Amino acid sequence: MTDLKIRGILILGFSILFGMVPGKISAQQDIALPENDQCIICHKEMEFLPEDFSANDVHLTAGLSCAGCHGGNPKKEEMEEAMSEKAGFVGVPSKQEIPQFCGKCHSDIKFMREFQPRIPTDQVEQYYTSVHGIKLKKGDNKVADCTSCHTAHSILSAKDSRSTVYPLNVPETCKHCHSDAQYMEPYHIPTDQYQKYAESVHGKLLLEENDTGAPACNDCHGNHGAIPPGVASISHVCGTCHVNNLQYFSKTKMAREFEELQIHACEACHGNHRVMDATDNMVGTGEKAFCIECHEKGDAGYKEAELIHSELENVVAVYDSAKTLQNKVQRIGMDDADINYLLQESHQSLIQARTLVHTFDHEKVGDKTKEGIMKAEDAILLANKEVKDYKVRRLGFSVATMFITILVIALFFKIRQIEK
Amino acid sequence: MSQIIKKSYQWVDDRFHLTPLIEFMRHKKVPVHKHSIWYYMGGVALFLFIIQVVTGILLLLYYQSGVDSGYESVRFLMTKVNFGWLIRSIHSWSANLFIFFIFVHMFSTFFTKAFRKPRELTWLSGFVLLLLAMGFGFSGYLLPWNELAFFATKVGTDIAGAVPLIGDAIKVVLRGGEDVTGATLSRFYAFHVALIPGIFTVILGLHLLFIQRQGMHEPDYFKNLPQEKKKTIPFFPNFILRDALLWLIVLNILLYLAVFFPWELGNKADPFSSAPQGIRPEWYFMFMFQTLKFLPAHILFIEGEVFGVLFFTVVAIVWLLVPFWELKFKGDKKARPLKIIGIVVILYIIALTALGYIL
Repeated sequence: MTDLKIRGILILGFSILFGMVPGKISAQQDIALPENDQCIICHKEMEFLPEDFSANDVHLTAGLSCAGCHGGNPKKEEMEEAMSEKAGFVGVPSKQEIPQFCGKCHSDIKFMREFQPRIPTDQVEQYYTSVHGIKLKKGDNKVADCTSCHTAHSILSAKDSRSTVYPLNVPETCKHCHSDAQYMEPYHIPTDQYQKYAESVHGKLLLEENDTGAPACNDCHGNHGAIPPGVASISHVCGTCHVNNLQYFSKTKMAREFEELQIHACEACHGNHRVMDATDNMVGTGEKAFCIECHEKGDAGYKEAELIHSELENVVAVYDSAKTLQNKVQRIGMDDADINYLLQESHQSLIQARTLVHTFDHEKVGDKTKEGIMKAEDAILLANKEVKDYKVRRLGFSVATMFITILVIALFFKIRQIEK
Repeated sequence: MSQIIKKSYQWVDDRFHLTPLIEFMRHKKVPVHKHSIWYYMGGVALFLFIIQVVTGILLLLYYQSGVDSGYESVRFLMTKVNFGWLIRSIHSWSANLFIFFIFVHMFSTFFTKAFRKPRELTWLSGFVLLLLAMGFGFSGYLLPWNELAFFATKVGTDIAGAVPLIGDAIKVVLRGGEDVTGATLSRFYAFHVALIPGIFTVILGLHLLFIQRQGMHEPDYFKNLPQEKKKTIPFFPNFILRDALLWLIVLNILLYLAVFFPWELGNKADPFSSAPQGIRPEWYFMFMFQTLKFLPAHILFIEGEVFGVLFFTVVAIVWLLVPFWELKFKGDKKARPLKIIGIVVILYIIALTALGYIL
């Protein structure tokens, strides 16, 4: 038996023992692999590379090959020497060992600093505070570990659009387990989060418009320390982006009462995964209003809700009229630049008024709506002037044409008279 | 009233002797025949030039050349200044009609063979006026510093740069540097309001002087008629009044275009943005632009663009010198090569211009 055959049988046996399967080499792997790395040379030769092996792996491209994680001596050609305990070979880590396995380097700031000076090194620490980490510690091997999200052998930087943890790909990565009803069955939690998220204003922005500014799962739940936000923290989660809304809301009497009643602040009206576009009808006393879920006719909150809604309605009505007139001005080919500026300002006031709804104070909302109305009314005045100018121009042209035509006729007769 | 006019005229006439001049005009005859209509085309172009001067001066009152002020001042003029929109619109429309009528005037002269001896210099000066008018158009197009004009100027000056040997120098002189920048705007402004108008006025003066001195050209068949059968009208006042009548009609068309199709300003030029779609030169450059686009990268050993530029230069020189080579065909009435050449040139210009807008 040749050396190569013996080596092949040994590798096969070793692989079966540690759960490795012969891998397919994808097109990506045309990228040059380290030339003198015996681990790769042998495993590739025998087609025993891990199934998810990629030459683009961030570690591999940074010069950290198999031995960097699994130990052993990649310079030795003989398997017994290369994969001996003496050479520090540790093999494949168990599920329980994985966080510490990655943490060997990723929790060591002195080591990591060499690659990225500002890289965080608290991932493992955070992980053990997450639901995933807590359960893993308790021996639950179904929960996510580092490789569940990052993969094991085709890890890419989170900034790489092909990465499983690139913002646009995060929902898909979480969905892998969290939308699998059978897999999640023992945990008794819903599995429709992805579906709801995809319908939400955030999901549409991220998944349909590829807007990486929109929040993915990890932006609200955290990533390594993933946990469902509690009553106290939910408004802070939303407030990370919606700063003003949080600031206004947290100063209100309602914020304190919500906390006492264990009501999720933002979620109570806006929902969680399926956050829809906020409309003015959400506030007030109409059918779609949330205020009436707690407030009844006659109480102060009910009245306040009515007033706030009517403030918003007023500014929207004037703004819409101005917008219609602006369209008319555009249609007739007149200048609408200044009208546009005014409408932008009016719209800005409207947005601010809508944000001020979270103060639940109609006077504060009213101050902004008045500003918006004034700007929209100025825009209407300007638009009317443009429409009037348009008519004057045509009238002026008619008068000029009439005058010129009379002159032309007069000249025509004068010429005839002369030529007679 | 008429007494006052008479006395005033007398006063001026005593000093400047206007009567012989008026007598000259009164005795000057303009032939009347089936092609007389073409006599008016040059007059229309002249009228449009006068409108250009008047509206141009009015625009000057508000226009501020500069990367940060060119666009803004035109915008201000169009939105805030009373009748500013009308003046700019008339200036832009009459610029286009001006060049259109120069073309009509030139081709009518070409087909009626009015360039023949003794009018060679009138033809030459007229052709130079056409080139200057195109220069007016090219330089004026950039002044509002909008997106389309900026990129069209970039492409246009690039084409000028394709001229062999001196191309690069021409490009740098036109642009005032390597790229189209504020320096280009400044010098295009200078070309548009000082340099070209100065030269144009002198050559226009000569062109008109030649016409007045030599009188209107008579077509061959008219020339051969017996004297008593030659129908004519006095230049003054008959022809002048007919001119005025046509000018009024053109003025009315111009007003209609300016009011109902106001000239757009577009977006402000951003040198750092990529070129928007639909970059095209003014219509009178379109046939040349489209030809260059159709040419392959290399023709023989010359670059396609260079070949195109050389081709148009040669064609322009041949066209300019038509009074000197055309005489050789004079006897050959059957062949009528001139008519065929003229029609081919017109069809070529129309077809390539149309393709430029369709493709």
